[in-house]
Amino acid sequence: MLGYIIRRILAVIPVMLIVAIFVFLMLRLSPGDPAAILAGDSATAAQIEKIRTELGLNDPLHIQFITWMGQLLQGDLGTSLISKTGVVDMIANRINPTINLALMTIIISVLLAVPMGVAAAWRHRTWVDYLVMSFSVLGFSIPVFVIGYIFMAIFALGLGWFPVQGYRAPTEDFFGFLLRAILPSLTLATIYVALIARMTRASMLEVLGEDYIRTARAKGVKENSVLFRHALRNAAVPIMTIIGIGFALLIGGVVVTESVFNIPGIGRLTVDAILARDYPVIQAIILLTAGIYVLINLLIDLSYTLLDPRIRY
Amino acid sequence: MAKTAQPVSASQWFLGALSLPRKWRVGPGPIIAAIVLTVIVLSAIFAPYYVPFDPMHMESTKRLQPPGGEYILGTDPFGRDMFSRVVTGGRISLLIGIGAAVISVFFGLLIGLVAGFFRMADAIIMRIMDSLMSIPAILLAIALVSLSGASVGSVIIAITIPEIPRVVRLVRSVVLSAREEPYVEAATALGSSMPKILTKHLMPNTMAPLIVQGTYICASAILIEAILSFLGAGVSTETPTWGNIMAEGRDYFQINPGLIFWPGLMLSLCILSINLIGDTARDLLDPRLKKREA
Repeated sequence: MLGYIIRRILAVIPVMLIVAIFVFLMLRLSPGDPAAILAGDSATAAQIEKIRTELGLNDPLHIQFITWMGQLLQGDLGTSLISKTGVVDMIANRINPTINLALMTIIISVLLAVPMGVAAAWRHRTWVDYLVMSFSVLGFSIPVFVIGYIFMAIFALGLGWFPVQGYRAPTEDFFGFLLRAILPSLTLATIYVALIARMTRASMLEVLGEDYIRTARAKGVKENSVLFRHALRNAAVPIMTIIGIGFALLIGGVVVTESVFNIPGIGRLTVDAILARDYPVIQAIILLTAGIYVLINLLIDLSYTLLDPRIRY
Repeated sequence: MAKTAQPVSASQWFLGALSLPRKWRVGPGPIIAAIVLTVIVLSAIFAPYYVPFDPMHMESTKRLQPPGGEYILGTDPFGRDMFSRVVTGGRISLLIGIGAAVISVFFGLLIGLVAGFFRMADAIIMRIMDSLMSIPAILLAIALVSLSGASVGSVIIAITIPEIPRVVRLVRSVVLSAREEPYVEAATALGSSMPKILTKHLMPNTMAPLIVQGTYICASAILIEAILSFLGAGVSTETPTWGNIMAEGRDYFQINPGLIFWPGLMLSLCILSINLIGDTARDLLDPRLKKREA
């Protein structure tokens, strides 16, 4: 067991190393002169040269990589080309809204999707099943920002239940935070719910055909208990896996949702960085999200033994 | 009791002769999806021949006109006809979807065959693919576009790169199970060359899952194009795409929701149809998959 945990943790290193190499090479191997691309169309030769020295682009490639990795390992993600402040500080200033939004989305998604998937599997091939599956296909087909605008048009502009845009920190005004975070979270949750409900249904359908479910029903266990204690627990591993894999989808959605609802988080930082071609910031955000993704999936992998005692390594 | 043949009426016989073989029969959903998709594709292809206005022509006196009258869907913030723009926008969006699907399937197949067949290459290739998959597709695409400039070609490439690992995984898993089959062993024993085993014996196994995966990639590429455009990292607004029409309309959403609604509707209908057709193709081409997922 301990051996497995150590091996699994060590396996993270090559993955993150390759991500870092990839991010490093992306700028250097992009067609054209990276310094000129970053400087923009109206830059003078002197400005381009300045960016080149700032980024150390005049050194040989392997020296650049070693310097860059060295800084990275010390937690230095570089300096923004625009604001000249440290990228780490910029991210730290913006990360709270994003974390709050992501947490709320995950909670909403799981609370909605798991019962939906269970119901669809329980009432397989009835209208309940078809409704859930239709929602799931629909959730994959509508762009997240269109969903955002539809919600905004109905619930904020039409019914006036929620403020249209904006963000408030939960520490200063929890109710205000909830009020402003509900629409963005629901928007983000749509695709996540579609994904999790689909997997829950598939996994539950498999489990509900097992002998021990029939046994449980035969000895008179209540249907609720059959579904949630006997079946769902056994169906949990694939569901957890998809929640982890879906996290990449969630990050992509955060970038869009934050700009629809005007939330000052990492997503907005990303969009601003793209528009300004602030490559060090984009680079840092990619590394950060890939790191979080790998970490979450590591934790989920390790949690399998807790969820299902039959799994032994 | 003697078996008596059921009398068959002429109309029943006619319907029977028309219908597809049993295994090709599908419900009404996929057929409607196919019709919707055909209409969207044809309307995009022939858009230049029937649109009432030049989709790029700006009429500064007719900004943000409401729908109805001369302009069926109204006009955008620059006084351009929304209807003409929405149908014309489908051309580039569909081109990007199909382009991304074809290119990622091609390279995914190539890399996947190598990974599945050569043990040595497998470990390295799959580590690289795992790493690529750990970067959220949208962020990777954004970074690639922001570096290479926003042309249709660079958007296709930016969408393709995050999709390739998924194709590689699929092809590799098919090849890994197929290479253990007796016919591959027989071919090896008979002295077939390695390229021949790869192309004649292993590649055909990957075709059905690749067609299905290709449709899903096409749908997701259209979606990602829209998101890239929406974030300002997409195709330049000189060429309308569903994504950049919505991007230009977002600031005026409260005045005229149609600026986002109509292109959004076309886009969603298109993706929905492609996804439904993909699901149907999966069920028809690979009954094992259906069993596993149902």
